[in-house]
Amino acid sequence: MAETEFQPRIVAFCCTYCAYAAADLSGSMRIQYPPNIRIIKTPCTGRLEVQFFMRAFEKGADGVLVAGCLEGGCHFIEGNLFAKKRVNYAREMLAELGLEKERLRMVNVSAAESRPFAEFVTEIVETVRRLGPSPLSKNQTSAKMESSS
Amino acid sequence: MIVAERKSIPELIEILRGHERILVLGCGTCVTVCLFGGEREVCILASALRMASRLQGFPLQVDELTIERQCDNVFIEEAAEAIDKVDAVLSIGCGAGVQAIAERYPKKPVYAGLDTVFLGILEERGVWNEKCASCGACVLHDFGGICPITRCAKHLLNGPCGGSREDRCEVRPDLPCAWQLIYQRLVNIGQTDKLKKITPPKNWSTSLAGGCRGAVREDHRI
Repeated sequence: MAETEFQPRIVAFCCTYCAYAAADLSGSMRIQYPPNIRIIKTPCTGRLEVQFFMRAFEKGADGVLVAGCLEGGCHFIEGNLFAKKRVNYAREMLAELGLEKERLRMVNVSAAESRPFAEFVTEIVETVRRLGPSPLSKNQTSAKMESSS
Repeated sequence: MIVAERKSIPELIEILRGHERILVLGCGTCVTVCLFGGEREVCILASALRMASRLQGFPLQVDELTIERQCDNVFIEEAAEAIDKVDAVLSIGCGAGVQAIAERYPKKPVYAGLDTVFLGILEERGVWNEKCASCGACVLHDFGGICPITRCAKHLLNGPCGGSREDRCEVRPDLPCAWQLIYQRLVNIGQTDKLKKITPPKNWSTSLAGGCRGAVREDHRI
């Protein structure tokens, strides 16, 4: 049942120059994507540190999406390339501590790519839904109750 | 600079099992520069340990603190209040830092969160290489400032082994032959005559023989 289906809570760090604009544009274009993401606007994905991702999971996020500019298109030249390395490092650390690394993903979109943005959001929501609630999620119990009811 | 690497999370969890509240204590000196033990790493590791311990069914309360230098009593004092509150300390300083904390708090378990690996330099961003084996009897003046003890895989003191290919080490092809580097350096500084000197077998008694070493400056003692 759609009402009882697990609804992941996904934190989406979106670069103000691209993904945030793409999210805005997808709204203007009336493109639907799952309402499971909570967008945090960042000046550049290069601003993101490994501890931001760790803290999101620690606080109960079921997944984290990092959305930056297309490679080569960063407003700050290479911030998104730094972010890519940090995301990869954090993914390895998640695996080491016992969480599925698929819960954290980085994608690249331009400000004009509203449809790809919506597709990426749909993909991570589906991925995390398949993985189930994070064992660290505070609403894990309620999510389980919902899925079993 | 002292270079260290982080122990794995499962290894750390096993070390910390049985405790309820710990302090991850960083060091703001060498290990901050080698990106394994500073304030940022304390934050990341503490978060990882909180999550890993929850997943393992024994949720740890993990405090965080970074002091300027763990190997110096003056700075260790700053950690006193935080250390008093916890069952154990996970130091992510070098081995010297861990032991300095343990000596200062004799009734508190102090564990090493890092493996201290070598004395080295930052080669490029994110890459460190060993340069000094701290053997206690420096021979760099004879070898153009390039240490054959540390950088030659066979620690040879009287010329190359003959196994190098081009300028690569026979044992570790990813490394340059130290003796190739020494020769080139001596050519560059006009000291190739030093190659004619026969170096006697190294006296290793200044190294790890006979327990830990010490150094004293009487003129600075109070």
